[in-house]
Formats: sequence, structure tokens, C-alpha cells
Amino acid sequence: MPDPKMAEAANKPAGAEVLSVSDLQAWYGESHILHGINFNVKAGEVVTLLGRNGAGKTTTLKSVMGIIGKRTGSIRFNNEDIIRASSDRIARLGVAFCPEERGIFASLDVRENLLLPPIVRPGGLSLDQIFELFPNLKERLNSQGTKLSGGEQQMLAIARILRTGARFLMLDEPTEGLAPVIIQQIGHTIARLKSEGFTILLVEQNFRFASTVADRYYIVEHGKVIDGFANSELSANMDKLHTYLGV
Amino acid sequence: MQALYAQLLVGLINGSFYALLSLGLAVIFGMLNIINFAHGALYMMGAFTAYFLLHLTGIGYWWALLIAPIVVGIFGMVLERTMLQWLAGLDHLYGLLLTFGIALIVQGVFQNYFGSSGLPYAIPDYPQIGEWRGLQGGMNLGFMFLPVYRGWVVIFSLVVCLATWFLIEKTRLGAYLRAATENPTLVRAFGINVPRMITLTYGLGVGLAALAGVLSAPINQVRPLMGADLIIVVFAVVVIGGMGSIMGSIITGFALGVIEGLTKYFYPEASNTVVFVLMVLVLLVKPTGLTGRAA
Repeated sequence: MPDPKMAEAANKPAGAEVLSVSDLQAWYGESHILHGINFNVKAGEVVTLLGRNGAGKTTTLKSVMGIIGKRTGSIRFNNEDIIRASSDRIARLGVAFCPEERGIFASLDVRENLLLPPIVRPGGLSLDQIFELFPNLKERLNSQGTKLSGGEQQMLAIARILRTGARFLMLDEPTEGLAPVIIQQIGHTIARLKSEGFTILLVEQNFRFASTVADRYYIVEHGKVIDGFANSELSANMDKLHTYLGV
Repeated sequence: MQALYAQLLVGLINGSFYALLSLGLAVIFGMLNIINFAHGALYMMGAFTAYFLLHLTGIGYWWALLIAPIVVGIFGMVLERTMLQWLAGLDHLYGLLLTFGIALIVQGVFQNYFGSSGLPYAIPDYPQIGEWRGLQGGMNLGFMFLPVYRGWVVIFSLVVCLATWFLIEKTRLGAYLRAATENPTLVRAFGINVPRMITLTYGLGVGLAALAGVLSAPINQVRPLMGADLIIVVFAVVVIGGMGSIMGSIITGFALGVIEGLTKYFYPEASNTVVFVLMVLVLLVKPTGLTGRAA
């Protein structure tokens, strides 16, 4: 049965803003981490936040997800202000988060890990589609979640949020610590998801990987977005980028 | 031999209460990270609820088995919403002190009205089917005489314990619970209302204590301090079994009841201390308990 909201999302002209963040400030306890983050993500885009360690990229994702204690400014998701919303409410609006540490549960087997996030709206991938993307998972369904290899855990962490029907995914360093062949597989997955209309906000240190999937980049430094450009402008910005990232 | 079997049965009965209570403590500790010292008082409230139901409204034992855990469970959820939830993230000591204070207040209030002596609560004599008169009477098993009510308590407790284990280890809801025990922030970020789940979990643990209270009412009478006496042993059971393991607390509960019973037969002088001696030994050898994970 077609869900009216889904149909609406699908019919949205490319370029409609899914996420719009302005003057976002965030704190961990007493320490002020984000000092005014501004960026937006449009429907169907893959947008990558680049920056050095500790620049505030992960904190930005966590702020959007509502799991940073104190945050101010404005975060609009599909034109709804979510800066005050609790994280379970934000998830139910259709935001899905894959954390940097992957967050696979040790006391759950792979099947339970996969089925854990509740369906928030219709239109998510079926289990068959997920197993087609990640055949390894099918063979490991009864293993304990944390007995999987790092690559398999990353696949599981991505797979479980594809089931939920959320069309906006936030992936925090999905390639960290993985072998090149697995990174390639994750790259293919992101490309495939993009072609199916998912909107993706990616945090990456590995900008070579990011350049294979991203439409646009934002550079985060000292808790601020200091620059941004499209993938087509990448080569023109290469020198700047090397300075920003210190590579 | 008769005496040995009789003590074994007493052990199994006590083990049933240990298991139901330590199971609730384990579930609560897993989700709330709180050592629930109010558990004994809530167990006592379960027994008193059954007593009130019978004497004020005429509602008997069988309904009390259902109603008392719900009533006391709701009382527990109110405690969690109004007080315990504010302790999230603080040291264990705060939860322990708060729940200990709650226990003293609740027990004090009941003592004020009912003194310290026991109120009788009869074993139900219905339904009457053939020669069965509810759970009264007993049967001769050949090697021993088994009071029906005691057999019922052991079997029913075992069923409730295993059902709770199944709920937590094998169902979808249980998967949420285990996941939220590990990483509540992430589970909430998947769209699950974790605070509400924590409240319900506390209600479940408290409900199990109240159920144990109802079961115990016909055996031990209904007394304001019935829980205070029992809970000390139950905490020793929990220390031996290790916090955080569901099956571990069930098995340890029954096993220690039996060990206590056997000690009563073979060396009665030690029967009151054997659990604590075992606790010391376990703490020396394996401080996280026999089945426990490191906290």
C-alpha cells in the first residue's frame, strides 16, 4: 500500500531541503564543542562532512540525532524544527543513525541486531533485499553480534537501519579500520542506496573514499563549517582541501 | 529420611522466593543500574495487598495472584517516575540509599498500623474438584507427605521464572531490553521510548517481588518486616549468582534454597549462615559472582 508521506517524498523535486542546520551549537557537559554549524542536505544527495579528528563532525551527527545533552540553534528536518525533540521522536520522523563505533549489541545475535530498530514508516528494505546487499549477514544470522568481523559488523550496522523505512541516513565513518575490499563494498552500497533515492549524510576522514560517493562536501574545523563545495569543484579545491585536512 | 525430604522441600520453597526476588533484582539492576533495596518492602506490600483484597473486598487468593503484582507494580512505577529516574547516571550508592530509605518508610508505615506480629492468610480451599479442596491438604508421595500448597509454590515459581527468562532472552521485547541494558542512548536513537521501557521494567521487577509476597502469605503469614528479614539473604544470593544474568539468578536462587535446606538436616547450627559463608567464598574467588558480568 503506498504511503502518502512516502509518495510525497518520492515526488519531491530534487533539491528540496531534507535537513537544514543553522547556527548549531552543542556542549558535552561544560565543554563547548560546536560553535555555529551551518549546512544543508537536499533530497537524494550524499553530503560528506570532512575535517580533522575532533573537529566536531561526529558531534554534529549526534546533535541532529538528538543525543547531545545541550544544543542550541536550529535543526530543521523536512521543515520541522527538531532541536528540542528527543532522539526517539527524531528517529520516528525518519532519521536513521549508524554510529562510528557501530553499536552492535553483544547480548543480541545477528538476527536480533538486524531486527532491533523498529519500522518507523513503510518503504524500508525487506530482509531479502538486505541479504542481497550483504550476503555475509545471511550466513551469520545466529552468531552473537560482536563475534562478526569488523567489516561484517559495519554491514550489520548499516543493514539494520535500512529496514526501518527511514529515508535519511547518517553514517559516521563507515570505512574506519576496514580492509580495502570491504570499503569498496560499502562504497557500492552507498551508491546503490543513493540511486534508490536515499538521502545520506556521511562523516569521513577517508576523503578518497568520500570522493567516490559524495555530491557535496562541507569542511568542519573547530566546531564550525568553514567551507563547502560540490564534487565537480573537487579538483579545483584540492590544494585547499589538503591544507584543511593536513594530508 | 522423611526429615531429609522435608528439609529439601523447605529448601525448594525458600529457593522459590529467592529466585523470584533475585530475578527481579537482576532485571532492575540491568536496566536501571539500581540496587533495589526496596525489594523486600515491595514483596511485603504484595502480601499485604492480598490480605487487604481478601478482608476488605472478599477477593481471594487466585485473583490476588494477578491483582497484587499489578497494584504493587504500579506503585513501583510511580516510585520510578517520581524519584528513581533522577538518579540515572549517578553512582550506585545514591540508588541504594534512596531505595533503602523507601524500604524503611514503607515498612515503618505498615508497622505503625499492623505492629510486628503476623496476620494469618489461609490457603485457598477452592476450586473444589473431586477430593481436591483448592490448594489445601496434601498428598502422600510414598517417600514423603507433600502439602499441596508447597508443591504449588515451587512449581508455579519455577514456571514464572522460566517465563520471565523466555520473555527477556527469546522475544522481541526482550531484545529491546537487553539492547537498552547495553546502550540505552543508541536504542533510543532507533526510535524506542527507552524511559518508558525503564519504567515498565521496574514495574516488572517489582511485580515479581509482589507475586512472591502473595505466594508466601499462606506459608509465612503477613508481617510488615517479612521482606526485611528475607531481603538480606536474597542479596547474598544475588552476590553469589552475580548481577545481570537472568538464568544465573534463577538457578542460584533455587540452588541456595536447597543448600540451606540440606544444611538444616546435616548441620542445623550452620543453616542460617551457610549462604553468607558461601557468599564470602564466592567473593574471594570470583568477585563478579558465579554467572555475573563485570558491572
